[in-house]
Amino acid sequence: MSKRTFSIGGVHPHDNKMSRECALEQLPLAPTVYISVAQHIGAPAVPVVAVGDKVKVGQVIAEPGGFVSTFIHSSVSGTVKSIGPRADLAGKPSSHIEIAVEGDEWAEGIDTTDTLVTEIPSDNKAIIEKIRRGGVVGLGGATVPTHVKLSPPPGSKCERVIINGCECEPYLTSDYRTLLEKGDKVVVGAAILRQVMGNVPCTIAIEENKPEAIAHIREVIARLGYQGIDVMVMKMMYPQGGEKQLIDAVMHRQVGSGALPISVGAVVQNVCTTLAVYDAVQKNKPIVDNSVTVTGACFPKQANLMVRVGTPLKYIVDYLGGVPESAAKVISGGPMMGRAVANLEAATVKGTGGLLFLTEAETRRQSAGNCIRCGKCADACPMGLEPFLLNKLSKAGDVEALEANAAHDCIECGCCMYSCPAHIPLLDNIRMGKGAALGAIRARAAAAKAAAEAAKK
Amino acid sequence: MVTIIIWTIAVVTILGLVLALVLYLVAQRFKVEEDPRIDEVEKAMPGANCGGCGFAGCRAFAEAAVKAPNLDNNYCPVGGNDTMAKVAAILGYEVQAKAPQVAVVRCNGTCAARPTLNEYNGYPSCKVKAALYSSDTGCAWGCLGCGDCVAACQFGALSMDSGTGLPVVDQEKCTACGACVKACPKAIIELRPKGPRGMREFVSCVNKDKGPVAKKACANACIGCGICVKTCTHAAIVMENNVAYIDPAKCKLCRECEAMCPTGAIHGVNFPKPLDKDAIKERIKVRQQKAKEAATAQAAAVTASAVANKKADAPAEAVTAAAAKPVMPGAEEASEKKEVTNE
Repeated sequence: MSKRTFSIGGVHPHDNKMSRECALEQLPLAPTVYISVAQHIGAPAVPVVAVGDKVKVGQVIAEPGGFVSTFIHSSVSGTVKSIGPRADLAGKPSSHIEIAVEGDEWAEGIDTTDTLVTEIPSDNKAIIEKIRRGGVVGLGGATVPTHVKLSPPPGSKCERVIINGCECEPYLTSDYRTLLEKGDKVVVGAAILRQVMGNVPCTIAIEENKPEAIAHIREVIARLGYQGIDVMVMKMMYPQGGEKQLIDAVMHRQVGSGALPISVGAVVQNVCTTLAVYDAVQKNKPIVDNSVTVTGACFPKQANLMVRVGTPLKYIVDYLGGVPESAAKVISGGPMMGRAVANLEAATVKGTGGLLFLTEAETRRQSAGNCIRCGKCADACPMGLEPFLLNKLSKAGDVEALEANAAHDCIECGCCMYSCPAHIPLLDNIRMGKGAALGAIRARAAAAKAAAEAAKK
Repeated sequence: MVTIIIWTIAVVTILGLVLALVLYLVAQRFKVEEDPRIDEVEKAMPGANCGGCGFAGCRAFAEAAVKAPNLDNNYCPVGGNDTMAKVAAILGYEVQAKAPQVAVVRCNGTCAARPTLNEYNGYPSCKVKAALYSSDTGCAWGCLGCGDCVAACQFGALSMDSGTGLPVVDQEKCTACGACVKACPKAIIELRPKGPRGMREFVSCVNKDKGPVAKKACANACIGCGICVKTCTHAAIVMENNVAYIDPAKCKLCRECEAMCPTGAIHGVNFPKPLDKDAIKERIKVRQQKAKEAATAQAAAVTASAVANKKADAPAEAVTAAAAKPVMPGAEEASEKKEVTNE
């Protein structure tokens, strides 16, 4: 079988999966955790606990602030110390719930045993409600509440569920370890998802650099005897794990500008999200922890850790021996799409997938030269955009032209900047332009909505 | 040979004349009628094409000004009142003189006062930096120091001070076009009236964090303590979101708030004499003492008059009137005196 990949653009960074042999390890509980109420896309959750309340692991501490929002659960047992603004990973103040840890007592009704439950409940509505109440969000990076993705708008029909096990970001290995060590749970989760979407076929897409995971998942599917789930081996290419790129690779269908994957009949879920779905539906266990890869060439102790949500980064790093002296930069996520961490006092969120330490030499920026019109960025762009043009338009602040050239379709994968021989900070500038274009689109939508409402009256 | 030359010249000449006639007729036929005043107005403009007026350039401003029924919404901040008087004369409109303005940087988080927590080595642009994260210091509100405002200024009025890491406005060159205000992603630059002889008083901080957080991030931050609001006798200072703001329209430049500010977040510029904090503090103390005495006297007088009213005695009323008086006038006198010494 020929290996598939997406049809346009893409780059080949070295995968640097140094921590691939490190088994998932449980991080001891931190003395204090700080749980953000805005760790998903959409409206922030509203705290429902007060200072001084005793909470248990898995207890709801914040409720959704809208449809596109989700429940937040306590990841530890202890006492709520404070609720207030605290600097997040980017140093921007956002509301956090501080909990002092006392013991490790779980809320009632949560199955904490490790036995595999393969019996899937038949009521799909109840399953979605369980996923919603479990606070499950897309753990691939965008943190879109999963129940929103599983509730397609009327008129659209899902034809295939894709489980995203590509992990195309260099360095990160948490999805790989999850597939290898919790593969059976992931497969059951996949079976749940395909049942919810109407017994459609399901594809687990894994890149070719993880042959052990591919063999393991194939073995698990055969052992559990699920029908309609298959494994697809993908060619190594960044950004294969991008939602639209993966749909193109697996189904040969292109999602239109501004459209959702469901418009071409696809629902994509990350491996860790699928595991969270399994936990929420079969074990009543909400998201209280997630897997985090801690890695970097200069980092002495590579690790894949199971970290409770809200653990301060400093605690994780200290557990592994502290920040190495040669490290110049800490990145939350992978090197391509991750963001530099402004302060190590910040706490992890559900979407934190990796902590990457880079040295001065690895992160140094070359001084930008002039564009030589080589077109490498346009070749590399997986969305078929023209980064060199968007760069110029962003600098000039020409919002109309940015919109006409689909700046809002940019997925910020960084392929353009990676491939630019003149080291022009293309993405940095395009990100500004994308924001401006999206702002203009939203303003127009809001104005149209207001006009429609005014016309009604 | 000669005939060929003569023929060539003749043909070219005739062709030229015919085509010139065609061009003339076409030009007449498709002539764009334009108000001649537009050219006149454009000539009166500074010609910087900076966009400070809100139009694409001086020509666009001239067109808009000629079309508009009055000059209320069209003002050239660069040319100022002189230019606008000329424009008004050309168009026959009346124009109200505006107080000249100047850009003011409302951040005094110098390198020394605001310790760096992390190092930014990305693209040197404030806009890009602001989109990525809060700041390389503990303050999420203040100057990012990449100089977007300096790059935006067409008049060379802004420069980065390498010592403080903050932009400095050259008030002689600043035309208040507002380009820097638009360029700053943290919105720390404000256009304020220049003030009499350039004297102006402003809060050089926009940190909306609560006191302890702001203080920890920056030694010069406004901590929202409210002392300035209590000190001000002109109700010129408002406290909103933990940061004070001095209304330039109400400020009488008495410098009392500046003397009382515990962090030095309030700045006064272009005053002829350096700020004598102790003298002002003493003055305020005396005033407050007087006010207190007056209040007690008034209270006493009220009780006295209540007693007196029973007897329907006239002198008691006089006492009340006298007691009620001295609180405010005394304060005003003091501040006016100070103004005189400053000028």
